[in-house]
Amino acid sequence: MNKGKKNINLILGLILAGIAIIPALVGIFWTPYSTEAMDVSLKLSAPDMRHLLGCDNYGRDILSRLMAGSKITLIIGIGTVFFGCSIGTMVGALTGYYGGLIDNVLMRVNDVLFSFPSILLAMVFVSLTGAGNLQLVIALGIAFIPSYARVVRAEFIRNKNMDYVMAARLAGASNLRIIFVHILPNTIKVLVSSILIGFNNAVLAEAGLSFLGIGVKPPEASLGSMLSDAQTYLFSRPSMVVYPGVALILMILGIALISKEIK
Amino acid sequence: MSLLQVKDLNIEFHDHIIPETVVYDFDLEIDQGEIVGLVGESGSGKSMSAMAIAGLLSRHDMTKRGSIIFDGTDMLNCSRDKLRSIQGDTLSVVFQEPMTSLDPLKKIGYQVGESMMLHRPDISPEDRKKRVIEVMSHVDLDEPEKLYDMYPHELSGGMRQRVMIAAAMAITPKLLIADEPTTALDVTIQAEVIELLKHINRKHNTSILFISHDLSLVRSLCDRVLVMQQGRIVESGSTKQVFEHPAMEYTKKLISSIPKVEIDDTDC
Amino acid sequence: MILTVKDLHVSYKNRKKNSLKYDEKEVLKGLEFSIDENEIVGLVGESGCGKSTLAKALLGLIKSKSGEINLNCKHPQMVFQDPYSSLNPKKRISFILEEPLKNLTDMTSEERRKKAEWILGEVGLDKEYLDRYPSELSGGQRQRVCIAQSMILGSDFLIMDEPVSALDVTIQAQVLELIRELKIKHKLSILFISHDLRVVYSLCDKVMILKDGLIVEQGDRDKIYRNPQHEYTKKLLKSAGITI
Repeated sequence: MNKGKKNINLILGLILAGIAIIPALVGIFWTPYSTEAMDVSLKLSAPDMRHLLGCDNYGRDILSRLMAGSKITLIIGIGTVFFGCSIGTMVGALTGYYGGLIDNVLMRVNDVLFSFPSILLAMVFVSLTGAGNLQLVIALGIAFIPSYARVVRAEFIRNKNMDYVMAARLAGASNLRIIFVHILPNTIKVLVSSILIGFNNAVLAEAGLSFLGIGVKPPEASLGSMLSDAQTYLFSRPSMVVYPGVALILMILGIALISKEIK
Repeated sequence: MSLLQVKDLNIEFHDHIIPETVVYDFDLEIDQGEIVGLVGESGSGKSMSAMAIAGLLSRHDMTKRGSIIFDGTDMLNCSRDKLRSIQGDTLSVVFQEPMTSLDPLKKIGYQVGESMMLHRPDISPEDRKKRVIEVMSHVDLDEPEKLYDMYPHELSGGMRQRVMIAAAMAITPKLLIADEPTTALDVTIQAEVIELLKHINRKHNTSILFISHDLSLVRSLCDRVLVMQQGRIVESGSTKQVFEHPAMEYTKKLISSIPKVEIDDTDC
Repeated sequence: MILTVKDLHVSYKNRKKNSLKYDEKEVLKGLEFSIDENEIVGLVGESGCGKSTLAKALLGLIKSKSGEINLNCKHPQMVFQDPYSSLNPKKRISFILEEPLKNLTDMTSEERRKKAEWILGEVGLDKEYLDRYPSELSGGQRQRVCIAQSMILGSDFLIMDEPVSALDVTIQAQVLELIRELKIKHKLSILFISHDLRVVYSLCDKVMILKDGLIVEQGDRDKIYRNPQHEYTKKLLKSAGITI
């Protein structure tokens, strides 16, 4: 592929993801109105100068909820990736490097986890612990551990027999030093692209769970719960569905384009 | 009229922002029955030139200027169909890596007979099998009947390279391009493959373009030698002349880099 | 003697498909040899003869089944064949060179840096290479770095596994010249593994011929090249175009 085309994808990805993520970042510190304040007089009102995107069925400002909702979705996505990736990397590194019994045991556990659809696994977990953002992050994080573990394990198996690892062993490096200082940096490239894909999957899974009503607790907003709230008004006020939907698509498409180029 | 005529061949890559020329003004003529060696270090453009002659360089991302006339066909400007009808018929290639240049999922017999199947459709399957086994025995493969139904992973490196040569020789090409065919092999096997190439050349009067970085092999096999450095031919001539009276500094350096084995046999 | 090996056997265990039984394959079948101080011994053999297994067994990277290995040297080191995979692509040259010092000595970081600069000079590279990554170096330069890393602890015994076979001829000649110089200057003993009889002749004092896990012939270089006894040695010499 030639270089010019590469950059276009990357730039487009950054722009799309930026459009979706910058309002979310602003939403951490400031939203135009409170996201939970209801005003019945503004119920389903059309966009005007004060409420740029109008109000929803409880008279809450949609722009504010969109900013706060993107923020929650983003935080859950990042939290899930962080949780799943750190444990998955550890599991993958240890199993890939040591092999043998530990590899067999952990990878079979991994296979069991892998054989359930991750969203189903997360649903079971949430129904056991109750809804909440932290529970959601842990549930999705566990569900995504196997995908990271596999990627990292494969990279470790590929690297551990290479001469530079042998040289490090002759240089007196301990096993842990070889794992974390010598081999791990060589897996970063593969890991980053799977982190980005994993982030997308996490965002979609969160939206799915919230849509089903077992994600974030109302009245808190997330992109999924906004979609869920809006489904009754799909025909009378289609814009209520369009805003969070477009935000979700932009975020995922942007990240997907970026990850494609990083590969 | 010689079998192969290459004039002013230039190869330029466009896959980076700045175009990069990898072969400059490459001239080569090969007569029927001649063995020509193409020598150079990695990055000298020797493989690139050979692949261009074989018509194996893709037409994207690069420009090729000059002319390559093989057996009366203009290889740079002819249609793809014409090119395909030449490849594997009158012109064959043997690659360096015997481990990867055979299809792991196809039986040996099929791979050796494939070019015959494509270029000589009039030969019946039974005849084809007979001929394939004959070709395989010509390259000193033992028990060709048994090998016919085996898969590449069951063979050693040296045997695979013989299979590759058998596949290339299945319908007796006029020109055989051998790109470092012995580099991945052990010394004793290497010597046998060289003997095999000499034998093929004598028996079928096949011309061979032998690409290698190993000067001692080139010396033992080739009639003529071309030395390439950084995309240019820096010296060419008969093997004897180039090795005994090299004109260019680079050629002298290459020859002096071969470790010498000087055994004085006075007290033997 | 810096190294004496007596009756060394090494075997690999492979688990058979769909079975709990192990298949034992003997790779080295009773080797006996020794290497003197300040001596280069060439180990010649074709692929699969057990050359690399021997190297790993000597360094303790794999266990031997029986036999004795007496090594009178503190940190035996190894130089690998492929200079592209033997340097960690994510680390700067300074990190790679200082790694043995970091793990096995208590030098300060300035001392380590000084030593790395010095050893780089010994292998003929400028100290500015310290801050580069392996990908910015040519094959010959990488192999110089590998040699430097193997020497930085002051080891007097090195194993070199086909150190020049991945290099172009002209670069090969330079690296061989470097090994010759280093051997004299630092009083090194080297086990030099190679398939190339010409390279072995130009570098080694003694030669061992390994075939199928057995040493079929060993002795002084001139003796073996002039008057080979074993059929296999004769065949190797003939294949390499070396005739008396």
